[in-house]
Amino acid sequence: MKEQEHKPTAAELPAGGIVEAGTAAEFKTGPWRSIKPVWNKDKCIGCLTCWIYCPDAAIQIAQDPAGKKGMIVVGIDYDHCKGCGICSRECPPKISAITMEEEKK
Amino acid sequence: MVKPIFSKGKIVAKTGNEMMAEAMRQISPDVVAAYPITPATEIVQIFSQFVADGKVPTEFVAVESEHSAMSATIAASVAGARAMTGTSSQGFALMWEMLYIAAGLRLPIVMAEVNRALSAPINIHGDQSDTMGARDAGWIQIYSEDPQEAYDNMIQSVRIAEAAKLPTMVTTDGFIISHCMAAAEVYPDEDVKEFVGTYNPDRKLLDYKRPFTLGSIEMQDYYFEHRYQLAQAQRDAKKIILDVAKDFKNKFGREYGFYEKYKMDDAEIAIVTIGSAAGTTKAVINELREKGIKAGLIKIRIFRPFPADEIAKDLANVKAVAVLDRADSCSGTFAPVYSDVVSAMYANGVTGPKAENYVYGLGGREIDMNHIKDVYMHLDEVAKGKAQASKTVEYINVRIK
Amino acid sequence: MSKMIEVRWHGRGGQGAKTAALLFAQAVLSTGKYIQAFPEYGPERMGAPVQSFNRVSDDPITVHCSVTEPNYVVILDPSLIEAVDVTEGVGTQGKVIVNTSFSAEEMAKKLGIAKEQVYVVDASKISNETIGQNRPNTPMLGALVKVIGTLDIDGVLKDTRAKLEVKFRSKPEVIDGNITSIQRAYDEVKNS
Repeated sequence: MKEQEHKPTAAELPAGGIVEAGTAAEFKTGPWRSIKPVWNKDKCIGCLTCWIYCPDAAIQIAQDPAGKKGMIVVGIDYDHCKGCGICSRECPPKISAITMEEEKK
Repeated sequence: MVKPIFSKGKIVAKTGNEMMAEAMRQISPDVVAAYPITPATEIVQIFSQFVADGKVPTEFVAVESEHSAMSATIAASVAGARAMTGTSSQGFALMWEMLYIAAGLRLPIVMAEVNRALSAPINIHGDQSDTMGARDAGWIQIYSEDPQEAYDNMIQSVRIAEAAKLPTMVTTDGFIISHCMAAAEVYPDEDVKEFVGTYNPDRKLLDYKRPFTLGSIEMQDYYFEHRYQLAQAQRDAKKIILDVAKDFKNKFGREYGFYEKYKMDDAEIAIVTIGSAAGTTKAVINELREKGIKAGLIKIRIFRPFPADEIAKDLANVKAVAVLDRADSCSGTFAPVYSDVVSAMYANGVTGPKAENYVYGLGGREIDMNHIKDVYMHLDEVAKGKAQASKTVEYINVRIK
Repeated sequence: MSKMIEVRWHGRGGQGAKTAALLFAQAVLSTGKYIQAFPEYGPERMGAPVQSFNRVSDDPITVHCSVTEPNYVVILDPSLIEAVDVTEGVGTQGKVIVNTSFSAEEMAKKLGIAKEQVYVVDASKISNETIGQNRPNTPMLGALVKVIGTLDIDGVLKDTRAKLEVKFRSKPEVIDGNITSIQRAYDEVKNS
């Protein structure tokens, strides 16, 4: 069973509805997904188009260990990916490194 | 003989609008965004002249509507600026949705407001329908009897707003005070600046090192807590208002509270009202007192937050009270000030005094000493058991039949 | 408590009735009295009959209703007598000051009040001769101060000069002309 979230009281909340930046990371939207992107490391050319387009910052990138490129894709953050499919759509057609698959429930 | 109360004060002849503009210059806000409307036009017109002449370093934003004026003022305030605006009537009405946003975001905006009737029919003259309509918007409301009070209230409002984190409006009666030149005292710039102090908000949206989101959506699970906070902030503001008034008296010598009591100590009959009519009422009381009639007045200065317990206590010993409203609720029953006064009395167990409600002065309709005298004469009869208090709202100086 | 003085000014839109009331209030304030000055706002049009008001008192003025029973009425334009009820509320004690070349007797007949209540001064002529324009509002200040009798003309002249010196620094002749016009109307206003 999901743990009960503590909701702050009026006395605890900052006045005026201030919400600190970066709170989206704490909100796991992965379970919203019905289809999921599957990333093929071997096909990926590291163009980062998917990273640019992903509306949920769910494309994980890191410094290229080989040192050939700057940043490369290293995986997908399934805790936050909602399965919108934009990454798959934007991946260059000749490369098709990301495909969408049914989410296995 | 007209004499200043503050040792460094100077006596001037100025209208309500001129005094409000003067206060704004001395407060020297970071941003003023405004759009002109009669009878408040002069306030921002004079102020924008101060800006053009380099007498105040404020960023003046001439916008294309009052909705934009309030929006720009909100944005400036969110960014961390001390921000002000001014308007009246229809312009105030056009700000409507933004008024609630300013309060909900807890922004200490100060507005110079001139009370004017709302259309239709079109009318440019004074009544309090505009701001009375916004009594539940979460703003602190401070009403002024004359140009001096308008000036003093503006100066105090900056500190009240910033300490309470609540937007605050200061009003005068349209034309009756906004355009009435009277003897008034102004204080030196440096003394006003010292009193007002500098604005150091906890958070500024332009602070990129501590970024935050403001104005987000809140559903059933959070909205209510924030609205409770807003209501509680109004309750907490009462102490702030009195503290600022105390400091003001210590500095400049003039005394202010939630309301002014005039000859209430032994009053048997009383009028409760707001704004310029209170001044006329004082003159009537002076005449009645000479005839041995124990008449008194409560002139409300702070309508939001409403000083309920205090007013109830001060009305507990009168035999009959009339609440004079310069706005109608069109509720089928009573007008706004009466509703609050009588609720306050009932909640405090003050059920002795007979209470009546009169609506007067809509669209600038004359209310003279005789009209007020008639109210007191009727109260006197009610107090003596010779007449019944009316169970419905009564109207002063209007052709009904 | 001394009695409050109430004044009503009659003019036509553009003639300076509002300005006269404001100037009068400022000048009288400088002599230590409490004052009020307020115009009657309606549809403002050049030439339309307009009114403005003053209150003067030794004590703070708290009343904010309109002036209905003026102690003094100042008429900047005598042609208004035909168009407006200029003696409304004047009663048998109020005094009326008219900018006219006619005698007080003749004006009293026109106004329908006692001769004792009527004062006349040719403010248009005075302003033409001193300012070079038909601007009766400034000289009428002097006439009003004289008729009221309890105000300090030197204080009024001093304050008005100070105000004009700020406004017309480069035109000293305008300042002198205005001051002379007030002094002349003060000297020339008469009840005959």
